Amino acid sequence: MDYLGYLRQDKMPHIWCDGCGNGIILKSLLRVIDKLGWAKDDIALVSGIGCSSRTAGYVDFNTLHTTHGRAIAFATGLKIARPELHVIVVSGDGDATAIGGNHFIHAARRNIDLTLIIYNNYIYGMTGGQVSPTTPTGKKSSTTPYGNPDATFDICRLAEAAGAVYVARSTVFHVGRMDHYFEQALTRMGFSVVEIITPCPTSYGRQNKEGNAIDMLLSLKEKSLSIEKAAGLPADELQGKIVTGVFVDREQLSYLEKYNQVIEKAREINQ
Amino acid sequence: MTNPEAGLRMWQGNHACAEGAIAAGCRFFAGYPITPSTEIAEILARRLPLVGGKFIQMEDEIAAMGAIIGASLGGTKSMTATSGPGFSLKQENIGFAVMAEVPCVVVNVQRGGPSTGLPTQPSQADIMQSRWGTHGDHPIIAIAPASVRETYDMTIKAFNLAEKYRNPVILLLDEVIGHLTEKIVLPDPAKIEIFDRKKPDVSPEEYLPYELNDTDIPAMANFGEGYRYHVTGLAHDDTGFPTNDPEKIRLQLERLNRKIERYREEIIEVENLETRDAEVLVISFGSTARSAKRAVLNARENGVAAGLLRLKTIWPFPEKEIQEACQLVKKIVVAEMNLGQVAHEVEWATRRDKPVIRVNKINGEAIKPNEIYAAIIS
Repeated sequence: MDYLGYLRQDKMPHIWCDGCGNGIILKSLLRVIDKLGWAKDDIALVSGIGCSSRTAGYVDFNTLHTTHGRAIAFATGLKIARPELHVIVVSGDGDATAIGGNHFIHAARRNIDLTLIIYNNYIYGMTGGQVSPTTPTGKKSSTTPYGNPDATFDICRLAEAAGAVYVARSTVFHVGRMDHYFEQALTRMGFSVVEIITPCPTSYGRQNKEGNAIDMLLSLKEKSLSIEKAAGLPADELQGKIVTGVFVDREQLSYLEKYNQVIEKAREINQ
Repeated sequence: MTNPEAGLRMWQGNHACAEGAIAAGCRFFAGYPITPSTEIAEILARRLPLVGGKFIQMEDEIAAMGAIIGASLGGTKSMTATSGPGFSLKQENIGFAVMAEVPCVVVNVQRGGPSTGLPTQPSQADIMQSRWGTHGDHPIIAIAPASVRETYDMTIKAFNLAEKYRNPVILLLDEVIGHLTEKIVLPDPAKIEIFDRKKPDVSPEEYLPYELNDTDIPAMANFGEGYRYHVTGLAHDDTGFPTNDPEKIRLQLERLNRKIERYREEIIEVENLETRDAEVLVISFGSTARSAKRAVLNARENGVAAGLLRLKTIWPFPEKEIQEACQLVKKIVVAEMNLGQVAHEVEWATRRDKPVIRVNKINGEAIKPNEIYAAIIS
């Protein structure tokens, strides 16, 4: 397929560091969009602030690079105004679950028809490696120089509890599964979330002595465990593991479908 | 059903604002409950589904502001309404709308501050927050009606200005205007002037979303209409993509900061009452202007040559209009429910040429005519 046809080639080179996994995620997303045969005019990609969010500048869609944490709020308005658009939100772990955490859970509750792709690299990369809500407990960052005292968010469980209709996690090592999850998420009506674990050798790996980019990529393979296998294991055996797979796949009326019912009801009552 | 028919209504200001928005073509409202603006959301929750629009109560004020920007980019005229604390929360995204030049209307029904302040009582203390609430040098338009009927008209005007100049417009009500119920006569909907954003007349390949043209206002394509472009809050060039080129940044930011100021004559509205031969000029706005009018009429009855200059536009500041009205006066009285936010601007506009007497109140009480009258005759 013609990946370059989906990219704004004049905006290259991108800002992502050597060994960053963001490009692998982007390539997977473009591959799936190509497979689905969606026209570029019919896609809006909305992002917030951070390394992941720079994706918006590179893809040849309707692109909206918003304020930190607020991409889902902007995307909600856009989707309501233009229901025919495929609206994809790209965000990072800090953007989506710290500053944007409120919008994340409420979009899930509301079941607005968006696909949220979270590039989870366990760190604030763009600002130079500060702790995020997914930085593992005990790990170092520039703002947790003695180790992170905080517990972490499980993004997929959070999305599940908040009401998302499709939730999956993969890593950039597991490209085939990532493709599959993206395809499922993009074609579901309602709020779908795909979390992708991606290495940040520059800001996370270096501070935690995780080796070079290849070491970090291979460790994703070693640490990953399917949700089916994880189901029978005690909590202590899941320490440090990345549980991958489909967490939620359910059908529920999406926000706009429900709002159409509101419109009908309003007309009925006001006749 | 779309627009209310012409005729008599007994409405409160917040109701007039909601219906004015519908008349202006607003088809999306995102909000969050906050006193004293909540009625605007409640009325639009009921009305928008009936006119082909949509209403959403977002999870917070920030999200409501983000949602209206997103909807406006999709081509739907959009509004949010709030009050003091919520207005503070919206500021970052208001700055985004300024930077990305996305038309939208933000209603602030002012209540007493700072902080939680006086939720149910009036204030006019968000004059400076309207101007400088978001960071960085930026243009803004803020308008302030003084009656229920004018709230209807000025809500329509707010949308027209937003669309015309591609900028957020702040509609500054105050609790008195928001909750005041008055008999009003609605205009014939067919006679209401509506302005829609200028769309590009070039092909998508030739389209520059932030073109430096001789109007300073670039044409705006809506998302989903075949013009795939990039919108960002980062400093950008005429293509809309981020740039660090100092010259390109300068050209864009100078245009941005020029585009409202150069059209100030078209934007600014003031009302002159008995100002032609006035020796004492009262300057006021919003609900306080109603007390000011009474005070001026009382003064005239008692042989004092007083006049009222009512500011309908707050930003851009009616500097020239004030200078003109002040030429013959001996003193100026500025009445406002804050500690002198407009008075300070008046002093600057008149180069402190005339004494400026401040009539201020920040305790949640409206300023009474006799308080302004006392200043006039002092």
